[in-house]
Amino acid sequence: MARNPSRPLSPHLTVWRWGPGMVVSILHRVTGGALSVAGLALLVWWLAAIAGGPAAFADLAAAAKHPVGLIVLIGISWAFFQHLLSGMRHLVLDTGAGYELGTNKSWALATIVGSIALTIALWANILGAGA
Amino acid sequence: MSKIENAAKVGIPDAFQGHQLGEHWIRERQWSAAMLLLGIWLLASLLMLPGLDQRTLSEWLRGASGAVPMALFIIVSFKHGLDGLKVVVDDYVQDDGNRFLLIGLLSFIAIGGAGIALFALARIAFGAAA
Repeated sequence: MARNPSRPLSPHLTVWRWGPGMVVSILHRVTGGALSVAGLALLVWWLAAIAGGPAAFADLAAAAKHPVGLIVLIGISWAFFQHLLSGMRHLVLDTGAGYELGTNKSWALATIVGSIALTIALWANILGAGA
Repeated sequence: MSKIENAAKVGIPDAFQGHQLGEHWIRERQWSAAMLLLGIWLLASLLMLPGLDQRTLSEWLRGASGAVPMALFIIVSFKHGLDGLKVVVDDYVQDDGNRFLLIGLLSFIAIGGAGIALFALARIAFGAAA
């Protein structure tokens, strides 16, 4: 604990002007964390329910149709799309490309617009089919 | 500050610096690329199934074309999730002892969760047909 307490802690949220790159960087972490915890817990529950048979699966299906369950599922699907798109952006940035200010900003924005559009399209498809 | 200088500061053993740190960075990206492909596979598969009921899902996961990628999805998603949470812990947990314990605990949970998920998948794939 040799840290000097008068020095600011990363990531200095209070001193920078907000921009798309910063928002997407934070969203990538937050959605990754949510998917690691809630997403993987749901994956385990879902597989266990399929293995458990129709009765066990009925509990999960009921929870998924409950308004709170639906909000959680919509949230997880949005987190999936956002993390997938910002993850693709990160893989491109890792090659050293895409750091020009305009390009960087456009692709950051595109991941946000894309994740919202894909979430809406997915749920329009699911709820529209009456599932 | 470079990644290697930073590594030296937080007390990462010598054996894990330099060349090996670059290897680790590459491995993380390879797991990410695998996650990307398997994530798209899972989404596309669920969209193409005629329904999301228990019978349809268990039939899908009984065949090799469903069960094999799902086994890979389980392994890669728990590994990738653990990789990501490790980075978050490294960034925000300052105390060496707490960081060591927390990463150990997360690794146990991730491997345990993957084990449970793989067992459930095995029950579906190798269990008696419903």
